[in-house]
Amino acid sequence: MIALYLTIFVSLIIALIFLVLFLSSVKQGQYEDTYTPSVRMILEDEFGEDEPETDQKEE
Amino acid sequence: MSQKDRLTCYHCGLEMSEDEAVWFDDKPFCCNGCKTVYEILNQNKLSKYYKINHAPGIKTDQIDEQIKQKYAYLDDPDIEEKLLEFDDGTTKVVNFYIPNIHCSSCIWVLENLDKLNENISHSEVNFPTKNVRITYKASQINLRQIVEILAAIAYPPLISLEDLDRDKKHSNKKLLYQLAIAGFAFGNIMLMSLPEYIQGHGFWIEKFAPLFRWLMLVLSLPVVFYAARDYFESAIKGLQKRIVNVDILIALGISVLFLRSSYEVISHTGTGYFDSLTGLVFFLLLGKYFQRITYDYLSFERDYKSYFPIAVTKIEQGVEKIVQIKNIIPGDRIIIRNEEIIPVDSVLMHNDALIDYSFVTGESLPVQKKIGDKLLAGGKQKGSYIEIEAVSNVDNSYLTKLWGREAFLDDALPNIKSLTDKISHYFTFVILSIALLAGIYWWISSGFSIAIWVVTAVLIVACPCALALSAPFAFGNILRKFGYHHFYLKNAQVIEALSQIDTIVFDKTGTLTRQDKYQIQYHGQALSSQQIAIIKTMTKVSNHPLSRLIYENMPHTKTVQFDEIKEITGQGIQAQIAGQIYKIGSARFVGLTEVAEATEVYFEANGQIIGRYIFEANYRQGLKKLFHILQSKYDLYILSGDNSSEKKALEALLPPKVSYFFNQSVHDKMDFIQNLQEQGRKVMMIGDGLNDAGALQQANVGIALSENTNVFTPSSDGILKADKLMQLPDFLKVSKQTKNIIYMSFVIAFFYNIIGLAFAVTNHLTPIVAAILMPISSISIVIFVTLLTNLISKILINRKL
Repeated sequence: MIALYLTIFVSLIIALIFLVLFLSSVKQGQYEDTYTPSVRMILEDEFGEDEPETDQKEE
Repeated sequence: MSQKDRLTCYHCGLEMSEDEAVWFDDKPFCCNGCKTVYEILNQNKLSKYYKINHAPGIKTDQIDEQIKQKYAYLDDPDIEEKLLEFDDGTTKVVNFYIPNIHCSSCIWVLENLDKLNENISHSEVNFPTKNVRITYKASQINLRQIVEILAAIAYPPLISLEDLDRDKKHSNKKLLYQLAIAGFAFGNIMLMSLPEYIQGHGFWIEKFAPLFRWLMLVLSLPVVFYAARDYFESAIKGLQKRIVNVDILIALGISVLFLRSSYEVISHTGTGYFDSLTGLVFFLLLGKYFQRITYDYLSFERDYKSYFPIAVTKIEQGVEKIVQIKNIIPGDRIIIRNEEIIPVDSVLMHNDALIDYSFVTGESLPVQKKIGDKLLAGGKQKGSYIEIEAVSNVDNSYLTKLWGREAFLDDALPNIKSLTDKISHYFTFVILSIALLAGIYWWISSGFSIAIWVVTAVLIVACPCALALSAPFAFGNILRKFGYHHFYLKNAQVIEALSQIDTIVFDKTGTLTRQDKYQIQYHGQALSSQQIAIIKTMTKVSNHPLSRLIYENMPHTKTVQFDEIKEITGQGIQAQIAGQIYKIGSARFVGLTEVAEATEVYFEANGQIIGRYIFEANYRQGLKKLFHILQSKYDLYILSGDNSSEKKALEALLPPKVSYFFNQSVHDKMDFIQNLQEQGRKVMMIGDGLNDAGALQQANVGIALSENTNVFTPSSDGILKADKLMQLPDFLKVSKQTKNIIYMSFVIAFFYNIIGLAFAVTNHLTPIVAAILMPISSISIVIFVTLLTNLISKILINRKL
């Protein structure tokens, strides 16, 4: 039953990691604008990023 | 003709009025962004290889003079420094509010600024707040050039006086942190307390219980000292002001829970109530979070500063110079160009002026001013440039003085005590006396230590979790429902205030009438399609509001080329095409005598009058019904800054109980509300402009009506979209019902409390009883109020209006 000490310790650490990850994502401002990134993603999809190689082909 | 066809944007499908449309390739677009995207897609036959700077609509190398002059003030290092977010000498970051951002094309165009100008390194749009953050190389390009580029691609940023003295926005992330920590601790503590609830005694428990208990104690520390901190602070504030608010009870409950649990753990006498403690804090914070809805794109705190520009052009010894508005002193000579705002009270020195005061005084039509006339700050010049001489500085102008008045100074909450606080006032005393009585009983019968146990149990179980939760969840939910119906309230207290209203005061111009919208009727000979095109083109060049109205109401046609066209300010427009002379303008302009009561515009071709347009104030549809519904329950008043010419029309339209007051100045309106309040009335004010700002602030509930939530609304408790005005009775009904729902939930909360107290006073409140009772009461209350508020808003708010 001594293994219990270890498992409790490990599970708490894992839970703490997730807590810290969440707090840091809030701090980075990931929850400030929840709309624009979704549009940005689609626009990039629709128009594509500028690719230098294709520019050369055009010219 | 008044019912214009709504156009839809060819690219993104948004609806718009004809005046807003950008035409390209015979197709309407809602904005330059959509037009640009269309052009690009069209040219490249939908191929994805393109470059934004090849788009013909985007020309940033030649920016016209008007834009250049307009932003000259940005060269001032003092102004620049205040606008910048970040500056390390080589890289600068600026964040602009751009009201024009409204569709996905806007995001795309603005995020590709770096392709338009290589000196812009990055730009990022925040769509909900309509902001764009631009990073640029300071050595290559300056702030003014950036703004000029934005203006050239039809996304001019709104830079107002407010930007200069805004505090750096402190974002409100604290609650999220607290919520996360409380949730984390709550979850873990629940798991750790489970073994003891399942298995009371035995080898296993004896061996591991101390570890679990100590871990729970450690986990609860950040919850008590960080997550629940605001409750302690609020309780202390309440005590200092000698107000018994609900937070005192919560703080008391939390501290008793924590102290007793810690004592049990340290003295090895029990498990403690850590699960109940952290659960309580978690649910309370959840309620707080639920209640806090932010409408990012709305501001409820605007004053004249967000309406006034930052700087104007001043003439000093014959040289034009940019001067910040707050540095204007009486005697300064200032140039005001078309569409610019007069920043201070002043005297007109050069050129005739046509000033639009609709926002400041409520006068619906622009006023003509001659040299030597006094001009009030806040008016907007329409037409050619004028020169004025300041007679006061900004803070002492007639309009801006309003913000120095008392109602604006004390930021204390209105004297309405919140429902929960009122109840908890009595609740606290009842609980304290029960605790005291039970304590005395047990002391006498079983001794001191048991008595302490019972007293703490009473305080733990009475902690008004359900009481503190019902109002936040009910109001938060209603706030959200109102938001769906375009009625945006500042906070939950406004709903409570709404439910107590007994008097409603309306502003006329812009509130009952549509802003700048007149009903236009044409009388005279039928117009040929050529004449329609001529009228449309002629009115297009003029900035006079009546020209704009005619222009907007004309069908979409091709334009014609004039040989010559000129506008005589305040009179009309004259144009020549193939030897024919056309005139559009006032009666005097076409050689007739003016009729004072009516607003008319004549159309003349070669000296012959073809017809005339008659303008009538356009009252919102459904006003009659609205006032009939409201009059049975509320006293209704109409205040107007305009003259009484519309009184007859209003009396014919509205029920007789309504009282009218005309020629009301900004200060009169505020005093009027104050007067009503002194008679014990609870007043709601509905207005739209700066001229209502005082009244909105003074009223118990001030609602700003807005055609378009992007544009300026004066500071208020709520913003209502103009076309939802007819739903006002529904909103009022819902707020009343919400109050009833909260009362009902209080009854349920008391029921739970009686059960809990029964356990507590009989010394049966074991941790497991608390752990079951507290979450059940909280969750059932939350479900109850959420379901009921959903139901009433569904039944009472008519969606079809």
